[in-house]
Amino acid sequence: MSEHIIELQHVTKAYGDNVVIEDVSFYVNKGEFITFLGPSGCGKTTTLRMIAGFDLPTSGKILLNGQDISLLPPNKRPVNTVFQRYALFPHFNVFENIAYGLRCKKISNTYENDKGERYTKREKLSKKEIAEKVKKALEIVDLEGFEKRSISTLSGGQQQRVAIARAIVNEPEILLLDEPLGALDLKMRKEMQIELKEMHKRLGITFIYVTHDQEEALTMSDTIVVMADGVVQQIGTPKGIYDEPANTFVADFIGESNIMSGTVTGDKKVKFCGKTFDCLDEFEKNELVDVVVRPEDIRMCTPEEGKLTGKVLSVVFKGIHYEITVQVGKYELVVQSTESRKEGEKIGLNIPPDGIHLMKPKYTTNVFDGVITKRNTVEFADGEFECDVTQLYPGSYVDEEDYLVLPSGEKLDLTGEEVNVEVGLNDISISDDAEAGGTTGHIISIIYKGDHYRLIVRTDESEEDFVFSTGDLWNENDYVSVIIPKDKIKLTLKNKEVKK
Amino acid sequence: MKLPRFSRKTLCIPYAVFLLFFVVVPMLVILFYAFTDDAMHFSFENFIKFFSDPTKLSTIVYSLVIALVTTVVALLIAYPVAYILARSHIKKKYVVLMLFVLPMWINFVLRVNALRELFDLLSQPQGMDWLASANYFKTIFGMVYDFLPFMILPLYTTMMKIDNSLYEASADLGGGAFTTFTRVTLPLSMPGIMSGVTMVFLPSMTNYVVSDMLGNAKVTIIGKFIYTYFGNDWHMGSMIALILLIVVFLSTWLTGGFKADENVRGTNL
Repeated sequence: MSEHIIELQHVTKAYGDNVVIEDVSFYVNKGEFITFLGPSGCGKTTTLRMIAGFDLPTSGKILLNGQDISLLPPNKRPVNTVFQRYALFPHFNVFENIAYGLRCKKISNTYENDKGERYTKREKLSKKEIAEKVKKALEIVDLEGFEKRSISTLSGGQQQRVAIARAIVNEPEILLLDEPLGALDLKMRKEMQIELKEMHKRLGITFIYVTHDQEEALTMSDTIVVMADGVVQQIGTPKGIYDEPANTFVADFIGESNIMSGTVTGDKKVKFCGKTFDCLDEFEKNELVDVVVRPEDIRMCTPEEGKLTGKVLSVVFKGIHYEITVQVGKYELVVQSTESRKEGEKIGLNIPPDGIHLMKPKYTTNVFDGVITKRNTVEFADGEFECDVTQLYPGSYVDEEDYLVLPSGEKLDLTGEEVNVEVGLNDISISDDAEAGGTTGHIISIIYKGDHYRLIVRTDESEEDFVFSTGDLWNENDYVSVIIPKDKIKLTLKNKEVKK
Repeated sequence: MKLPRFSRKTLCIPYAVFLLFFVVVPMLVILFYAFTDDAMHFSFENFIKFFSDPTKLSTIVYSLVIALVTTVVALLIAYPVAYILARSHIKKKYVVLMLFVLPMWINFVLRVNALRELFDLLSQPQGMDWLASANYFKTIFGMVYDFLPFMILPLYTTMMKIDNSLYEASADLGGGAFTTFTRVTLPLSMPGIMSGVTMVFLPSMTNYVVSDMLGNAKVTIIGKFIYTYFGNDWHMGSMIALILLIVVFLSTWLTGGFKADENVRGTNL
């Protein structure tokens, strides 16, 4: 008997060429409060909609209690949804909204006739049963006596409650909630978080919750599925994900973190910020790694006791703690502490081994598919870049007619030749002048890595990503052009045989 | 002397004058003629004559029936079209919609004339003899053809406003296609139905151009009737016009057309 109430197996969803969910697999335990967490456009809502039945997966399977429901229409699934904008029926009052599902439902009743024979009948719920169930649902959401009210007279919070009542009155096996608290103000949201959590305990059904708010996810969930770019990044308990993020994206998205580049120097030893630290993660010697340190894991001490020493740049009071930014050499580290320090003060910092998390860097180089043009430039990622085509053949040169001449004297026309393009992480720069570089795109991600930023620029048309480091501060969604020096574009031929 | 201050109210004066001379005064004139005889004495004679004359009564019933059938047929054709258009995701939605509205750009008389030629063509050489004498059929056909855009547009506009998540919510709560239609789509598109019905029902009672040209002068609707009477008997003509006014008023009132909050009367395409 499997306790997996919902299981996704290699689910992919694409609209035309646009893949929004890529090979997602996970399961949900019965009675669990599970949250899909990720930035907007990460595919979390699409995943939810596929479980509800509004969208069908392009490939892969969705199992409910072991049964394949991938292609079942929404009205045949024992799940109910609380919609982002509530989607209450404006022409019905509160009672009719909540009773909607009950009126659609048919249940089996067993009767006994005069001869004592039993028979069952598929019947609609009686008026009395419906009224009782609606009343109970309204009690659960604390809206007793609201039956006759029209939807337009309710506040946002009350509409939210009606939407929840309308879903849970059907006693679904799974309740799906699509950013249900997004439209509420902060105080209301906090209250509803607690209420939803209590409701989950009381009802004992499975909740699948979608949010982009990491704090909401950490507060409410038993399990969190972190998603980005249509791919599951990490699945785990809130604590597990917070303490042991699987990659820098998760570390950066969930909670505050200091992310730095480091090198493994030995058995459970890592060097970053110019010092070698003991850690708990094992990596191969000399491997380049991303080092993640949570601000609250850094201990402040006197300069003499500290492994690292630095100068306090700023101190911000955050209510329960101070957020202190410390300049250590060329790195900036953020420290959270209940103790304050003075700006400009020299302090020491220590990081215990369990506070240092090592992870494989996601990007070490940028790789693209390119085509050589007749001007001996290379086209890739929606743009055209100048490059040195002579690197394809050692000892070759380009003559006046733009032919590549081999040392043997052979002339090659490279037009239309497909090549692999490689660009290093430190060889890309960007400019806000759209004409300055070879291609343009929007900044989709910025991660601060202590002494520099790791940026990802995505081109608009073919959505190619440029990953690179820069010391300059940019904003997400900035429209920029990508500049790559001619000698930093590394080309290799895709086909060894070139037409002569 | 102090000049009158120019205010926003001043802008209403042209329209108020227009209203007075072209709406209020003519109405009073009609009222006056309806209740007077040739000697301009007050009389109920026309009123009594109208309701004691079976031809006149049957004409008004015929008009109502023709208008009713036209409206129902137009609604049955327009509703699915508007529904499919409003819910489809095709990019060139406006082009398809335009195809339905395009006939409105061609002169009305020309269109009806063309339709008559088409009917003639079909009835004689093609052996569809029944068409030649099917005057009511042809009249209603012509009216549906003419007034269809007035039904489609308000329906389409109303249905565009129905949030897609409401359909999803209905399905999510266990509603099948039929339940979703009867309990969500239909009630929420009711304002569009009402405004479409008003815009088709009223003109099809009075628009005698269609009935004249397509009905072989055998189909007389109330509009034609009024027109004929104003040739020689203004008093009777006024009385019929007044009675039509009351019929229109009643039907508008019954369909809830006087509710101010219904902003969907007419279209905002």
